[in-house]
Amino acid sequence: MNLLGKLTWDAIPFDQPIVMAATAGMVAAIVLVLGWVTLKGYVPYLWREWITSVDHKRIGVMYIVLALIMLLRGFSDAIMMRSQQALAAGGAQGYLPPEHFDQVFSAHGTIMIFFMAMPFVIGVMNLVVPLQLGVRDMAFPTLNSVALWLTASGILLTNISLAVGEFAKTGWVAYPPLSELQFSPGVGVDYYLWALQISGIGTLMTGINFVTTILKTRAPGMGYMRMPVFCWTALASNLLMVAAFPVLTATFAMLLLDRYLGFHFFSVDGQGNPMMYVNLFWVWGHPEVYILILPAFGIFSEVIATFSGKPLFGYRSMVAATMVICVLSFLVWLHHFFTMGATADINGFFGIMTMIIAVPTGVKVFNWLFTMYGGRVRFTVPVLWSIGFMVTFVIGGMTGVLMAVPPADFQLHNSLFLVAHFHNVIIGGVVFGLLAGFNYWFPKAFGFTLDERWGKRAFWCWFIGFYLAFMPLYVLGLMGMTRRMQHYDNLDWQPWLVLAAIGAAVILAGIACQVVQLVVSIRDRKQHRDVTGDPWGGRTLEWSTASPPPAWNFAVLPRVAARDTYWNSKQRARATPDQPFQAREYEPIEMPRNSAIGFVNAFFAVVTGFALIWHIWWMAGAGLLGAFVTLLAFAFRDKEEVEIPAEQVARFERAHQAEVVL
Amino acid sequence: MNIAVAVDDVRREALPSASEAGPAPKRIVVAYGFWIFLLSDIVMFSALFAAYAVLVRATAGVPAGAQLFNQVSVAIETACLLVSTYTCGMMSLAVNARRRAATYFFAVVTFVLGAAFLYLEVREFADMIARGATPQRSAFLSAFFTLVGCHGLHVAAGLAWLAVMMAQVAVRGFRASVERRLLCFALFWHALDIVWVWLFTVVYLMGVRP
Repeated sequence: MNLLGKLTWDAIPFDQPIVMAATAGMVAAIVLVLGWVTLKGYVPYLWREWITSVDHKRIGVMYIVLALIMLLRGFSDAIMMRSQQALAAGGAQGYLPPEHFDQVFSAHGTIMIFFMAMPFVIGVMNLVVPLQLGVRDMAFPTLNSVALWLTASGILLTNISLAVGEFAKTGWVAYPPLSELQFSPGVGVDYYLWALQISGIGTLMTGINFVTTILKTRAPGMGYMRMPVFCWTALASNLLMVAAFPVLTATFAMLLLDRYLGFHFFSVDGQGNPMMYVNLFWVWGHPEVYILILPAFGIFSEVIATFSGKPLFGYRSMVAATMVICVLSFLVWLHHFFTMGATADINGFFGIMTMIIAVPTGVKVFNWLFTMYGGRVRFTVPVLWSIGFMVTFVIGGMTGVLMAVPPADFQLHNSLFLVAHFHNVIIGGVVFGLLAGFNYWFPKAFGFTLDERWGKRAFWCWFIGFYLAFMPLYVLGLMGMTRRMQHYDNLDWQPWLVLAAIGAAVILAGIACQVVQLVVSIRDRKQHRDVTGDPWGGRTLEWSTASPPPAWNFAVLPRVAARDTYWNSKQRARATPDQPFQAREYEPIEMPRNSAIGFVNAFFAVVTGFALIWHIWWMAGAGLLGAFVTLLAFAFRDKEEVEIPAEQVARFERAHQAEVVL
Repeated sequence: MNIAVAVDDVRREALPSASEAGPAPKRIVVAYGFWIFLLSDIVMFSALFAAYAVLVRATAGVPAGAQLFNQVSVAIETACLLVSTYTCGMMSLAVNARRRAATYFFAVVTFVLGAAFLYLEVREFADMIARGATPQRSAFLSAFFTLVGCHGLHVAAGLAWLAVMMAQVAVRGFRASVERRLLCFALFWHALDIVWVWLFTVVYLMGVRP
């Protein structure tokens, strides 16, 4: 019996200099960070205040940190692809051999969707939603921590694949029969499947947590029609997570059974049905697009309203549009494969449903424009991102409607036109939105604003770089270039690909500006300090508490009487300036206790996942047992909450006059 | 109970509706969250049902439902699970009345019935495999074993959960957190029953139609 399953020294690609250099860099960075943290004596602090924290704000920050690191990883894959395709024309082979190039584009898609966009979106929601709802925490704070660390486990497994073994060579969608054992006998697809199964469970937990939080725990008086639009979009996004992610889990489970136990769900023999995988995958996959973009729409709504100094135009239509998109997102999945060969009626139905989605989206765009119209718009960094989004996203939306026409799609399917389209909406929509939110809510999380100058530079580099990198891909798609080509013979394509590579370099400069912005802002944090808790003249409740907010968020739960609650109470306070200051009575606050279950459970999840990938059965059993024992230890813990004494709350409130200004 | 409290608050503080009453009591929040989880679980089953429906005729020339299913055994399984739902309900009543002995009694009956269901299912699987109808033989059999087996795994997890809950009642008594977990367990057990009713219909009744 082999104690290590399929794992041998051959799994580490010593003969590939690029992979080994990347691995060495990654390992060195991890060792450096861990060494620095240990030497400085930060470990107990990190353990106490962050790793075991169940505070939604801390968890949100950790999600965003994960997302930013993965943005760098995923972007380095992008740079490699763009430079490879700029070089490998005619007889040239470029510098990436096919089996490596295939892993690069698979890892790029997987990482950017699951480990960059998702954690970023979830992180922003974590940071903001409970504050906007005027409550002290999520419905299930410990579950929130477990979900975070499961996401981190998936990320770790994906990155381990760089050094030990290989990643999938199937593209980020892993269609069978290519992803079946017969055609992908290596561990790449197994890394992909287990990493996504583990992080998918975390995402499902997040979805349940947010739906419950938004529907069941809001400040007194906050009826549904008084919720900030970001909370509405978060609700829609999380409803989709709850409804869509279980389909992905089931689909991947079927593929795993095919690969591990020789089942015949998607295989070519035994009368399996590969197209069933494609259908099931996109039943998850299309809602996933809206899981990402709806919260971004919410961010733009908050940013535009705040910096125009006006209430959002058409609040009710915005809510309706959000929920309509939420429902319609389940009725369009087939447009990802019109070429499957379904009847004209079926293709026609899905084409029309797809075009209909453009209607609520258009409603939103006009609402933002009308909010700005007649407003005193302050052109801060978040507003630049928002305006850049509106221009870019409309273009991406229109190419999407174009491809919703089945006959047109037959021409454009699998071409670079498609690649240009979805980057157009995901970068122009999701990434721009998240970076707007990052600049907008950063002062809430850390108590100081980000540097505007470097923020603007980052925006312009991203904005121009995006157009340079992706408009050529539309042209190339129309010229007939398909996606995922390691090399090509048509020399007419090369100038456009060189241009796209230059665009990618400009985006790289944007990312560099983003890093510099962070460094400069931290260096100058004393000047950028925000003592009011409300640096932008905000409208919603998150700005009514101190920055950074105390663990309990609000000393007294706010009473909500209208939309834009905080804005209204500021107006009222201004109207009656002579009211005598009233000393408040504070009550002790019960807060959930920190818990190590999330971290410990994630450790066992990584052990189990790694063991399953390499067929080390004893280790998989041990990992599962460890996770179960962790759960038991949690279930039998004695005290679940800590009480924060009223005196401590009062002391904080006196020190931070922010709320008292009201 | 707790809902009434929230409604009282609405009346007392003259708020216009329950949606403006502020955060719900913890019992409601937990049960509501668990409902959402159950819905997601049902979505997962729906994907497996869909796969089964697509592959039900893909028998690849090996025996299919009508030749394989033992109706008597499945009927007894169904009876076990339905009765266990009833005893689980009795257990919930005992928990609400804080009667420890009755709680243990009905928990044991529920556990035994669930274990009997699982035993019969495993025997059915073993019998099919012994006759050469393994999940590796055809797409239909893959889908069958996965759909029914996934439900069986849920029942097994439920049995483990029930055992842990009884240990919690013994060690911790009827404290609020234990009661909330028992409430969730009851929801889980009833949901498994609902899934089984569909499964029984789609797999075992429609499967033997000529």
